[in-house]
Amino acid sequence: MIENAKQLAEKADGIRKEHAGRSKIGILVSMGTCGIAAGTTPILNAIRDEIKKQGRDGEVEVIETGCMGLCHSEPTVEVFDRESGASVIYGQVTEQQAAAIVESGSKPAAGATALSRGWYYPEDEENKDNALQARIVLRNTGRINPQSLEEYLVQDGYAALAKAVTTMKPQDVIDTIIASGLRGRGGGGFPTGKKWAFAAAQKNDTKYVICNADEGDPGAFMDRAVLEGDPHAVLEAMAIAGYAIGATKGIIYIRAEYPLAIERLNIAIDQARKEGLLGKNIFGAGFDFDLELKYGAGAFVCGEETALIHSIEGMRGEPTFKPPFPAISGLWKKPTIVNNVETYANVCAIIRKGADWFKKIGTAGSPGTKVFALAGKVNKVGLVEVPMGTTLRDIIFGVGEGIKDGRAFKAVQTGGPSGGCLKATELDTAIDYESLKALGSMMGSGGMIVMDEDDCMVNIARFFLEFTLDESCGKCTPCRIGNKRLYEMLQDICEGRGTMETLEKLDTLSRTIKDTALCGLGQTSPNPVLSTMAQFKDEYLQHIQEKKCAAGVCHKLITYTINESCVGCTLCARNCPVDAISGERKGRHVIDQDKCIKCGVCFEACKFHAIDKS
Amino acid sequence: MINLTINNQPVSVEEGSTILEAAGKLGIRIPTLCHIKLDCFNVEHRVGSCRVCVVEVEGRPNLAPSCCTPVMEGMVVKTNTIRAINARRTMLDLILSDHPKDCLTCEKNLECELQNLAQEMGLHRIVYEGEQSTYPKDMANESIVRDLNKCIMCRRCETACNEIQTVGILSGVRRGFEAVVAPSGERPLNETKCTFCGQCVAACPVGALTEMDHTYAVWRALNDKTKTVVVQTAPAVRAAIGEMFGIMEGCTTGKMVTGLRMLGFDKVFDTDFTADLTIMEETHELIERVKAGKNLPILTSCCPGWVKFFEHQFPDMINIPSSAKSPQQMFGAVAKTFYAEKIGVKPEDMVVVSVMPCLAKKYEASREEFNSSGARDVDIVISTRELGKMFQEAGILFEKLEDSEYDSPLGESTGAAVIFGATGGVLEAALRTAADWLTGEDLKDIDFKAVRGFEAIREATVNVAGMDIKVAVASGLGNARKLLEKIRSGEADYTAIEIMACPGGCLNGGGQPYIHGDTSILKKRMDALYAEDTGKTIRKSHQNPDIKKIYEEFFGEPGSHKAHELLHTHYKARTNA
Repeated sequence: MIENAKQLAEKADGIRKEHAGRSKIGILVSMGTCGIAAGTTPILNAIRDEIKKQGRDGEVEVIETGCMGLCHSEPTVEVFDRESGASVIYGQVTEQQAAAIVESGSKPAAGATALSRGWYYPEDEENKDNALQARIVLRNTGRINPQSLEEYLVQDGYAALAKAVTTMKPQDVIDTIIASGLRGRGGGGFPTGKKWAFAAAQKNDTKYVICNADEGDPGAFMDRAVLEGDPHAVLEAMAIAGYAIGATKGIIYIRAEYPLAIERLNIAIDQARKEGLLGKNIFGAGFDFDLELKYGAGAFVCGEETALIHSIEGMRGEPTFKPPFPAISGLWKKPTIVNNVETYANVCAIIRKGADWFKKIGTAGSPGTKVFALAGKVNKVGLVEVPMGTTLRDIIFGVGEGIKDGRAFKAVQTGGPSGGCLKATELDTAIDYESLKALGSMMGSGGMIVMDEDDCMVNIARFFLEFTLDESCGKCTPCRIGNKRLYEMLQDICEGRGTMETLEKLDTLSRTIKDTALCGLGQTSPNPVLSTMAQFKDEYLQHIQEKKCAAGVCHKLITYTINESCVGCTLCARNCPVDAISGERKGRHVIDQDKCIKCGVCFEACKFHAIDKS
Repeated sequence: MINLTINNQPVSVEEGSTILEAAGKLGIRIPTLCHIKLDCFNVEHRVGSCRVCVVEVEGRPNLAPSCCTPVMEGMVVKTNTIRAINARRTMLDLILSDHPKDCLTCEKNLECELQNLAQEMGLHRIVYEGEQSTYPKDMANESIVRDLNKCIMCRRCETACNEIQTVGILSGVRRGFEAVVAPSGERPLNETKCTFCGQCVAACPVGALTEMDHTYAVWRALNDKTKTVVVQTAPAVRAAIGEMFGIMEGCTTGKMVTGLRMLGFDKVFDTDFTADLTIMEETHELIERVKAGKNLPILTSCCPGWVKFFEHQFPDMINIPSSAKSPQQMFGAVAKTFYAEKIGVKPEDMVVVSVMPCLAKKYEASREEFNSSGARDVDIVISTRELGKMFQEAGILFEKLEDSEYDSPLGESTGAAVIFGATGGVLEAALRTAADWLTGEDLKDIDFKAVRGFEAIREATVNVAGMDIKVAVASGLGNARKLLEKIRSGEADYTAIEIMACPGGCLNGGGQPYIHGDTSILKKRMDALYAEDTGKTIRKSHQNPDIKKIYEEFFGEPGSHKAHELLHTHYKARTNA
């Protein structure tokens, strides 16, 4: 049991010494859900076997860690030297490379792909190499064993909580968070400290601290990475929040589809309880705090705080009108704060290093960093943490190393399914909450999907709208029926039935939905439509007036024809599922346009480039 | 007080008021659809889901739903800007785009709040078209038809079922465009613990929830020469049927009797007669139990919604309610045995029709134990609304009808019976008889006013023949639940309790003419019933001469073997799922 702040510091020092004595070389193996899926488990075993085989048990230690963020190169392994601090990261590691990796220590191993790191840790070091990424939220993710409290303690774990409860008044904590300018990373960007202050001002014996871990944006996995890679950071921050607002009970609302995060959180909670870091009289300061997990059943709308609260209460996950805000009347009608995982993951560093330190990173209006799940047609997909104010260009062409296969950049979608699409002229926008909003998009929780010239923007709008339509709770008219009608109009345009009137209706209905919907989901759901209409109007017009999809995505608008290169090999005709192709052997074939279902099988099958797609 | 301006008019309202309320104070009507407020029960349904009531609030980026936005000092509201009006119209356009436009043949035609609003907002063309919901109709029970294709997700039925009644079977299910209100697992109502009280039907603004129409069966019976068709009318019907013909105050008993004769019923009888009979049996049981000091409190059992409620939710307590059948079922049993024998008609050649303020009565009549005559005792049950429609269909100008009297012998009744239609009435009627029986006198002071009114739960200690009897009255199943829980925990020591499933009692039954949230109509119905009571010369059930006669001729005395055979029933524990 750690009974006070002094014992915590002593314990951390003890572990540091023990680690140093235990092994000189550490090998981190990426064991997040993504790493495991990419096949790190056999690699982990191979490395362990190799250490034994090479007889380096006392010198080299394997550490199972969380996601390093390098999705493009999974499975990933990092080898570091405790004494020199030198390290090397390998991508696309195979079992066969294990021997060389173990053998060469922190120097690059022959035959393995070494990667550049690309980030620095603002809390621990200067940005000597002008790295684009700065890791505050992901400080421990991919760097420690998330199942080891000891490793978390080595990284100053629970020092922030100790500082808060033993040296600060609750109001000091709130003041620090307010001064830091930290804003909600779930997407809304509401000042976190202010939210805490509202809840703190409520006189009530029972208050709740909730962590929103119901990450649901398609392709977004920032929160999962933190929960799997650094669970204690979230627990510690929630305890600090509890101290600040006067709550003794925390709840992590986590989607049940995150089994590994749940497992690691449960391990972390047990460890913290055993050491007295959760429970009664934490650090002897008379502060009690404990928490439990509640599982979400996979409803996107439950990321909305009132819906989330109803879900915890056992009700249908549906938003209700605010006010009352949860900070006044939330879970079981008690004052409640709901913060996102990433928001919490910033808190400990702010408490440890102070508000001024935090404010130096990022922009004046949006201090700190933001984690993005960079995905789509970009060379280096992965988890990216950059200071606020970084340009889209730096993220996509710097961190992401440009567009795949040398294609041209077309658009980037930020803010998840209800964000907007920005085009090349916006690439130099320094992103923060306000700048993205001004461009008709939003920060959202951190999804960032890059599109190239092969993407049809009308179809993209339809895709995102289909998602929000499926995930709408159906409570209010504009979201339930309005989004359905928007979707149908987009469907009409994609399938060649759209008219100029459709376009006009699409615009007015989108605006009305934004103006009238009950919750954030509905109010932002038309964003992909409005932003693509604003930025890519020509594509809409082309679909409507010329009945053409330049990207060749809307297959009902595609026409396949056979040109003079046809040698009459009959391959296309034999592959056509609807017998739409006819012709004599060795003679030029023709496609019956009435029969053609635009499946594209002929196009793929032809070996003579004799089929035109237009 | 909070000061704000709406449409350039300053107004001060209490803190916590909504924009809608503040606007109302200024004489500004903001259209609403999902919102409903039932003043006399202190119930407000404000989910803000339809978004029809949106208004512009200066300084806010989005339009605000006026039904749930609290006023704030200095707020500047505009209710009639083009932005607000267009948004409002768009909401209706969208709702109509997913609504069957079969208004002419809809059960709710001319009673539909969506239809009224579309008319009021001047919607003259269909703006949005697209896929429409297709759900099968739930017609598997006797009482309620659910046509979810007409559901507009206002969720009023949920408030009625879950909050007011605490039956708790309705909830939003599915997501997005497919979201709809249904019982868990989207089961039909007859497979749930639905009590068929019909408060959801009363709350539904459109035609998604309506009663099961049995009028055609009545027409068929009336035109069948081989049948003797008798009708009984429940107490609360006479206080409300006039509303369908513009008579908003007082009972229209005499006109209703005339109208029923004009429809062709062979005999027009009164459920009030068997209400008196119920009092005889129930009061007898009450006195027996009080004397024995066992199995108290006694609970009334005339309300079929209430009966089904306790069978599902309090199966451990099914021996507490009185075993007396409801007046409707006593009537069926008496008509097809005593009366059929008297006029020499075989029970199978007699059709008993009930006119009830209630939808659960349709279900009650179908319960298999109600077959004292060897077959179903009450053949067809129609609601007050259905009777009104039959009058309309038959070209009966109700408001112009002369009064006439019920037929004998099942038509004579007392003031004690007519107040069965209001919450507290059954208990008051029983107390009148109990007091006389216990003192052996003909007491004059018989108005037990403590048990009257709309208050959720009313408790009183009444002095009956020198004995203090603790009684309680609850209307609305949510209030009933509170009482039942107190009894279960031993916290309460009542002697007698009256419970009616519908808030306010039968006068607010699920089969009564729609009030569209105007609870002042309910007050008028209640006044009408008590006026009918005071206007009667005989106001105690045991003094009804025809009741005396039926005991002399047929039953012997209350609680006799024959009475038990025909006038009493039993309850069955049902699953609470």
